[in-house]
Amino acid sequence: MEVITQPWPWYVAGPAIAIILFLLNFFGKNFGVSTNLETFCTIGGAGRFVDYFKTDWKAKTWSLVFVVGIVIGGFISSEYLMASQQIDLNPKTVQELAELGFANAGSEYLPSEIFSVENFLSIKGIGILVAAGLCIGFGTRYASGCTSGHAITGLSSLQLPSLIATIGFFAGGLLMTWLLIPLIF
Amino acid sequence: MKNSKFLIIGILFGIILSKSEVVSWYRIYEMFKFQSFHMYGIIGSAVMISMVLMQLFKRGVIKDFQGNQITIKEKKKGFIRTFVGGSIFGLGWALVGACPGPLFVLIGHGFIAIIIVLIAAILGTFIYGVLSKKLPN
Repeated sequence: MEVITQPWPWYVAGPAIAIILFLLNFFGKNFGVSTNLETFCTIGGAGRFVDYFKTDWKAKTWSLVFVVGIVIGGFISSEYLMASQQIDLNPKTVQELAELGFANAGSEYLPSEIFSVENFLSIKGIGILVAAGLCIGFGTRYASGCTSGHAITGLSSLQLPSLIATIGFFAGGLLMTWLLIPLIF
Repeated sequence: MKNSKFLIIGILFGIILSKSEVVSWYRIYEMFKFQSFHMYGIIGSAVMISMVLMQLFKRGVIKDFQGNQITIKEKKKGFIRTFVGGSIFGLGWALVGACPGPLFVLIGHGFIAIIIVLIAAILGTFIYGVLSKKLPN
């Protein structure tokens, strides 16, 4: 049981993700999560306003089921498979975050400074969540893929657009982490 | 139901992302600060092994469960769309420490704030759909 409840190292997680990619391809599908955001729009009736969403979402049912599985997998992990929420961060990261006002970095999965209920009831708090969500939704669809579709599927199948997209992911991520996060917090 | 296998694959994926802490905001912050090898090891090894798989798919060594050739969809081309779209996504990824897969995992963990991020992401997708014909490729 010890092996299951301990955090898994990278050399277990990376190959395990490759197995997920294998299984999806074996069953005739491509690995990618962000397409579901479009499917949600289509199901919600966005096709009445914008032709872009006039698609046959039933062909994507498998992917919706996949996403429901992801949620259940998260639930099972948090309920039964984790000894603690402690994350073994680099001490330097913990110290830098403390300077930015993030107390007890690594003591939980997510910082309460961003994700606690009290926090998102404030204007700034909800503003951060909404701004990030808009970027994720808009960005992944404009680039036509996220980490699973581009950085893993696309890079491993040697597609140039995926290399450019992955460089973009890092350009945006580094800008946020190094310049904007210190300004926001 | 013929889609039930995808439910199981999804559950496995959710567990992998949880157990490896990929869904943690802190791990993403640490990655962008270059202060840990963890995330690079995960993405790097996943890509390396997938590369071998892709070659085996392409050469027909591994076929799908019905014995058909496995094909990978070609991504849309265009420097602006992939680079600018990717960068915008990167801003959001680093700010909330979650890309689309982990968003769903974290909802399973019971983080209510993530539902707000997901709703905003759906709205962002809608905005892209509205503007899609006017945006440069």
